[in-house]
Amino acid sequence: MSDEVLVEVEDLSRSYGAILAVKHINFSIRRGQVLGFLGPNGAGKTTTMQILSGNLAPSTGRVRIAGHDLLEDPRGAKQAIGYLPEQPPVYRELTVDEYLDYCAGLNRIAHSQRRAAREVAKKKCGLSDVGRRLIGNLSKGYQQRVGLAQAIIHLPPVIILDEPTVGLDPIQIREIRHLVRELGKEHGVILSTHILPEVQATCDQVQIINKGELVLNDSIEGLSRHMQSSALSVGLRNTPDLDLIQGIGGVKSVQDQGDGRLHVFYDPAIDPTEALVELAVQKRWGLYELQPQRASLEDIFVHITTEEHESLTGAVA
Amino acid sequence: MIFTIARNELRRMFLSPLAWTILAVVLLILAFMFLSNLQYFVLIQSRLLSMGSDQGLTAVVVAPLLGNAAVVLLLVVPLVSMRLVADERRNKTLSLLFSAPVSMTEIVLGKYLSLVGFLWLILALVALMPLSLLAGGTLDFGMFGAGLLGLALLLAGFAAVGLFMSTLTQHQTVAAVSTFGVLLLFWILDWAGQGSGASGILGYMSILNHYEPFLQGIFDTSDATYLVLFILTFLMLSIRRLDMDRLGG
Repeated sequence: MSDEVLVEVEDLSRSYGAILAVKHINFSIRRGQVLGFLGPNGAGKTTTMQILSGNLAPSTGRVRIAGHDLLEDPRGAKQAIGYLPEQPPVYRELTVDEYLDYCAGLNRIAHSQRRAAREVAKKKCGLSDVGRRLIGNLSKGYQQRVGLAQAIIHLPPVIILDEPTVGLDPIQIREIRHLVRELGKEHGVILSTHILPEVQATCDQVQIINKGELVLNDSIEGLSRHMQSSALSVGLRNTPDLDLIQGIGGVKSVQDQGDGRLHVFYDPAIDPTEALVELAVQKRWGLYELQPQRASLEDIFVHITTEEHESLTGAVA
Repeated sequence: MIFTIARNELRRMFLSPLAWTILAVVLLILAFMFLSNLQYFVLIQSRLLSMGSDQGLTAVVVAPLLGNAAVVLLLVVPLVSMRLVADERRNKTLSLLFSAPVSMTEIVLGKYLSLVGFLWLILALVALMPLSLLAGGTLDFGMFGAGLLGLALLLAGFAAVGLFMSTLTQHQTVAAVSTFGVLLLFWILDWAGQGSGASGILGYMSILNHYEPFLQGIFDTSDATYLVLFILTFLMLSIRRLDMDRLGG
């Protein structure tokens, strides 16, 4: 990862009438970084991305992209970004080749190099076989890829992807994620999503935005620390003695869920899993299921938004 | 960059059946009008000669043809211009242009140029009809040229209005109806206060009053300036309106 800062956002706000959709956010992206932008619906993800791509003017604040100020030098800044909005901006009546040639022209790629740029983008996005087909006749997944090809055709330093995997089948999702990781090696990528595994699979930096405010800005390791499992789901055939489980070191509380299922909450510092298994074998409780409870995005969300204020400001700064 | 956008717009226009249908229908109707004018001229030719009138082929056949073409195209322009921006806004493809390194002015001019190009293509095809008369007669090229120039400017003005109306909305039909309304209003503006002498300013604003001299073979710079200013005004408004898309909520 190099230290070249590609995107610098300072004190960015955007209001729609009286509603403040994005509130004074700051962040930066370096080359070789994939930044995941997480948040529930309506949190301000799309607004932020529209501002970064020049589709919306910010109410206050400054955006610098690859050294160009987005407001003072929009052409230089826009040259340095590739943007895939939520809905791919494709013309259904054009063929893939025609469309990509047009995009290459819009991004000021010289005539002689358009063909080469188009072929490279098509290859990267797995579109080599559909060049002569009408975009309107392609499936949603392929249209999404065409949108992606459009965003990378001029090899911009910064690539902005707004929910790139929505509406795709699982195989396509894996392919797109793989592609994003590949792109992240040479470019700076911002990816918005509300799917947590997607962030884990593709990003190295995570930001969580809620009600227009940046509530977390951390590396992926930091996020997994937030996600660290501190509960076990246990399935037992025979009714156990709850007090015995309670007695294992590290266990904070035990909840009986009925049908022999238990939820065991514990101190993350002391993992009681092994002790619990040994106990279950010893007492012949008939252990048939043992599962660490993964924290979902919602859990993290609740966790983060209810955390003490000091640690939050620490994380954002 | 303007030409890249214009070329793409034109290509997409001709990929839809709409452009072809419009070309076919407009030319069919104008050809019919041209032929009936021609027939009328043949009928009254001897009488014109005996009266010593200097009204020739151009005045009797070509000028009415161009006059009619203006009215027919007034009806047609809204249908072609409506999709320019409204359609892109509806299909959310505008962000492709907004996030590309092109200015708002380039976007507007590119789209405008594509529309003017299409309208001038119709004009060129219409001009071929009078030119066919050269096979058996002569034309007053000064008058013919002034008429074509007038119609070319008029169509460019129609296009500017159509483009602006299309930037206002995401519904194509709304854009078409309002374009038609505005154009018709500018056409009939001099009806107000007719004969009372109060028609001064409204009469001056009327686009028809600035087109008719061209048809009579008179090239007046004030008429040409009016049309150019008319075009510039609506182009500026379009640029402003698209900028508002970014600024407004």
